[in-house]
Amino acid sequence: MTDLLECRAVTRRFGGVIAVKPIDLTLREGEFLSIIGPNGAGKTTLFNLISGHDVPDDGTIVLEGVAIAGRAPERIAAMGLARTFQHGRVFANMSVRDNILVGAHHRLRAVKPRLPGLGALAELAMALIRPPAVAAEEAALNHEVLEIAALFGDRLTPRLDQPAHSLSYANRRRVEIARALALRPRLLLLDEPTAGMNETETAEMQSIIGGLKARGQTILLIEHKLDLVMRLSDRVIAMDDGAKIAEGPPHTVRQSPAVIEAYLGHRAMGEAAL
Amino acid sequence: MGSWLDYTINGLIIGNIYALVAVGLALIFGVSNLINFAQGSVYAVGAYIGWTCFTYLHTPLAVTALIVVVACAGLGVAIERIGLRPLAGAARIAPLLATIGISLVLDQLLQIVFTPDPRALTSPLPNWRISVGGGTIGALDLLIAATGIVSAAVLYGFLRFTKLGWAVRATAQDRDAARQMGVNTDAVNMTVFAIASALGGLSGLLVGMYFNHIDPAMGFQATLKGVVAQVIGGMGNVPGAIFGSLLLGLTESYGVAIFGSSYRNLFSFALLLLILVLRPNGLFASARSTPPEPMTGSFVTPNRPVRVPRWAIVAAVVIAAAVPLIPAIPYVLQVLTNAWLFAMLAISLTLVAGTLGQISLGHASLLLIGAYASALFALDSHWPVWASIPAAGIVTALLGTALIAPSFRLRSHYVSIATLGIGEIVGLVILNWESLTRGPMGVTNIPPLQVGNIELDNPRAAYWITLGILVLLAMMQTRLLRSHLGRIFRAIRDDDVAARAHGISLGRYKAIAFAFGGFAAGISGGIAAHQYSYINNETFTSTVSISALTMVILGGMGNVLGAILGAVALTALPEMFRGTAEYRMLIYGVALLLLVRFRPQGILGTT
Repeated sequence: MTDLLECRAVTRRFGGVIAVKPIDLTLREGEFLSIIGPNGAGKTTLFNLISGHDVPDDGTIVLEGVAIAGRAPERIAAMGLARTFQHGRVFANMSVRDNILVGAHHRLRAVKPRLPGLGALAELAMALIRPPAVAAEEAALNHEVLEIAALFGDRLTPRLDQPAHSLSYANRRRVEIARALALRPRLLLLDEPTAGMNETETAEMQSIIGGLKARGQTILLIEHKLDLVMRLSDRVIAMDDGAKIAEGPPHTVRQSPAVIEAYLGHRAMGEAAL
Repeated sequence: MGSWLDYTINGLIIGNIYALVAVGLALIFGVSNLINFAQGSVYAVGAYIGWTCFTYLHTPLAVTALIVVVACAGLGVAIERIGLRPLAGAARIAPLLATIGISLVLDQLLQIVFTPDPRALTSPLPNWRISVGGGTIGALDLLIAATGIVSAAVLYGFLRFTKLGWAVRATAQDRDAARQMGVNTDAVNMTVFAIASALGGLSGLLVGMYFNHIDPAMGFQATLKGVVAQVIGGMGNVPGAIFGSLLLGLTESYGVAIFGSSYRNLFSFALLLLILVLRPNGLFASARSTPPEPMTGSFVTPNRPVRVPRWAIVAAVVIAAAVPLIPAIPYVLQVLTNAWLFAMLAISLTLVAGTLGQISLGHASLLLIGAYASALFALDSHWPVWASIPAAGIVTALLGTALIAPSFRLRSHYVSIATLGIGEIVGLVILNWESLTRGPMGVTNIPPLQVGNIELDNPRAAYWITLGILVLLAMMQTRLLRSHLGRIFRAIRDDDVAARAHGISLGRYKAIAFAFGGFAAGISGGIAAHQYSYINNETFTSTVSISALTMVILGGMGNVLGAILGAVALTALPEMFRGTAEYRMLIYGVALLLLVRFRPQGILGTT
């Protein structure tokens, strides 16, 4: 297997605080890697650096052989990286269907003729004229939306035409994942997909993510619910205070003294809790 | 050298005047993240209260100043109570729109009470002057400088050493946390508005005395300058506002020295755009820091838009088309033709402000570009009118998009400020580019609407043409909104960070929206030019931009039918109260206030 993502000595400073200390991370094609760590450990900052929402002060990030550090997020997305956000960022005033369709944006072909310099104008013309090829593309994507929604059982399918702001918190998280899947990502970054979910919903999400893994989806996951991490991950990285404190198979990392201490600050208590 | 010293001193004095307004704006922004567009109006009210005191009560300056300070502080409290507090849970842009409404109301009331004519506000100060270099400094200059320094010092002491000052600073940093700690944030807001308004009113009095001239329109210019100064120094930064004001004053003064006085404002707005593009967080912010708050700028209230059945739309168009068949109502035709022209502007604005979420406060400048383009194509290039109007649409689309493009990375309030600045710049360039635009003379003898040899210079023909073009543009926009572009525009509006994460390039799609909107507005301006037969740089002012925004909010942001409905309602309704032309803007102001407060989704709902 080849490395899909490779981070070398990636660093991010905010004023005097080093949010991400020089960190290395590699992810192979088809692998499921989880990042765990207490709040403020720098996990989401690392995600932002990888997805282009923030620019590292130092280090290199290579996606499929291309250096992407400092690239605009839309360009990284077009390379096949999709992400969800820690606090959920659905398009609140749009229907569930439109939310998912936005995810497929970079796969639009017929409506975006490749004309150097005049691409935007041609796209506007295509949108207004709507020739058969464009209509067919839109219909195919709409069909795909149904398939993606079906992954979530009957959670999203009956609500496809409802505005996202009317959904429950858990459903909004599902919409976000569905939207990310519509990108057909080579690499999927999930930032706490089960935050705010109850046990049943968490179990359901776990089986959905497990399903993605089973079909070969490469996934980088941030998650606090260790149970889910243990069951799904091929490999786990633990972070604390901006630095990587442990890396390896799930159970090795779980029992690492550094991890236990980081989580609860006291070894004995940590063991009791874990 | 002597004259440079003069220009420097003059620049510092003017800058100091701006500072009095800018500090008030900065205080309010610092505490409530709000650009108070009514600040300039309070300043104008202060000037008029001073004038009234001098003229009728013959009070000495100290007493007059005290009356102004107390009255304006009261006005500030009222603004906070009406414009801000009821909107606590509303969209972030809502209070800003409310202050625009308040400012319209105040400016218009001044105009109604005191007439639009300028008045002299003679300084009662002794008339001695000290020579400095080649120029002089008078008692009033010193008083203005002293007021600036003393109020800055008092403000600093208040914020630093008093309990209420601490509360203000705490509220500025984190309103919710401050409230948790028992700070009465409403009281803090009220205090801040009182202080800021008192400062604003006092500066209006001083500036009126300085120029020996006051008029009801002085408020809007003051707000603009105060906002520019604030952007230079960083929004909400009080020392930054003072520094920004001085820098603005100096820039203008030197600019006037080199290019002449009609370039004064052009320099301020060019400086504004330069800062917005290069350092949107002001000169004192570090280059890489993110904006102070991830503000979402859209004014979209979750709601279910009203579904208007197709037959109703068809019926409405048929009825509208049949109006000219009713005999002998040329006046109604004229009003409605004007309404259709406004509707074109409104659908353009509802696309940009509603669907794309970029609240433009300078949309009237697109009308100006379109009007000038079509008029000049017809007059100078001898193009037929049927060709010059679509060409004007294209020119407006290209030019409008090119002007706004450097500001595409700005968000929320900053977009509104940038569009406001661009709007002013367009008018000023038209005023100063005499070789192309004929300058302040305006363009006369613009040929009427005609196709081939058929003159369409009668009210009926003009009505049908305008209505036909509007229907066409509205249908195109509706089709656009149903395409993937409509989806992308809304995604950018709702969350541009998430949109980018899914591969949407903001620049490209903002450009498409502005170009499409610019086309419709340019057509509207083009038709208007041929109907009016005379245009100048003040044919479409910022007032028109605000009217259009009110129409769009009335109809429902992003709603094409709503925009047309809003345009008809706000163009036709004021006509029903005949002889009350001066009340038109007052009606707009009140309508804006009521809408933002009670029905932010408008009549037909946002989409």
